[in-house]
Amino acid sequence: MTRTPLSLTVNGDPRSVPGPATVADLLAHLSLDPRAVVVEVNRTILRRPDLESTPLHEGDSVEVVHFVGGG
Amino acid sequence: MTTTLSSAGKDTLLTIAGRSFRSRLMVGTGKYATHALMLDALDASGAEIVTVAVRRVDLDRTREEGILHHLDPNRFFLLANTAGCYTAEDAVRYARLAREAGFNDFVKLEVIGDRETLLPDTVGLLEAARTLAGEGFQVLAYTSDDLITALRLEDAGCAAVMPLASPIGSGLGMINPFTIRTITHRLSVPVIVDAGVGTASDACLVMEQGVDGILMNTALAEAKDPVLMAGAMRDAVSAGRAAWLAGRMPRREIAVPSSPLTGML
Repeated sequence: MTRTPLSLTVNGDPRSVPGPATVADLLAHLSLDPRAVVVEVNRTILRRPDLESTPLHEGDSVEVVHFVGGG
Repeated sequence: MTTTLSSAGKDTLLTIAGRSFRSRLMVGTGKYATHALMLDALDASGAEIVTVAVRRVDLDRTREEGILHHLDPNRFFLLANTAGCYTAEDAVRYARLAREAGFNDFVKLEVIGDRETLLPDTVGLLEAARTLAGEGFQVLAYTSDDLITALRLEDAGCAAVMPLASPIGSGLGMINPFTIRTITHRLSVPVIVDAGVGTASDACLVMEQGVDGILMNTALAEAKDPVLMAGAMRDAVSAGRAAWLAGRMPRREIAVPSSPLTGML
């Protein structure tokens, strides 16, 4: 099977990942621990158990956030 | 033996939305030169509640990694903020993201109205507070020192109201003790003064108004010795709290002798 690249916007920047891909695949591709981040796809926040089962689509806008120091 | 606030058994725990804390000092985790210095300052402060911000992960790893690499979430109660949000919609979005991190449903709600003073947009704040309280969040609302807004935030279902002593990061101390005192007298939910404290005497004076606690960040992070200042703030919050519980003597504009007037030669 040929893997068609998926063009996404991740944290505001264009990024291409091998498709088909779930959100969990994207995090693995970015070497991110799913337990340490929260993910929003097209302004919808994903629950952690759903990362594995949520497919990404061409043009999706993904935000990956975590906690940083703040007051 | 020295009688301290805790040894005298005179104080109660600080309870916010059913969660109880011994420390009335909450601290931020921003702006420290190093993570090691921040952790030493947190230790010295005795704080149990620490604030964190929600930001994009740096996918190129050129900026710092997430703070949970350094901060043990089993040791500190993580209070996520919505700092940097200028609309109710953004603040609600950040709060929802923070809750999904899975630690608790508390949020320090900020809706900023002006880039120069970082004063709160109280209209947007009330809107966001109503939305989030309706979604089951425990909202701690960073607000101005305006009584009417504070009352409306309480009505909106906020778990605590956080009036400023003076603008964020200004270190100007408490500009208006009257408004802080009035808010404290009139609200049933905890009042936590957030922002503006610059040094230990500021913290002591704030606590002497009868507030339930103080949240600070820059006063520690920008002190020449943040760890020493954290200890000073811990003592100041404790001293101010004890002084308020003890009840100060009345102010008089005449002198009253301390020694007996009888038995004089």
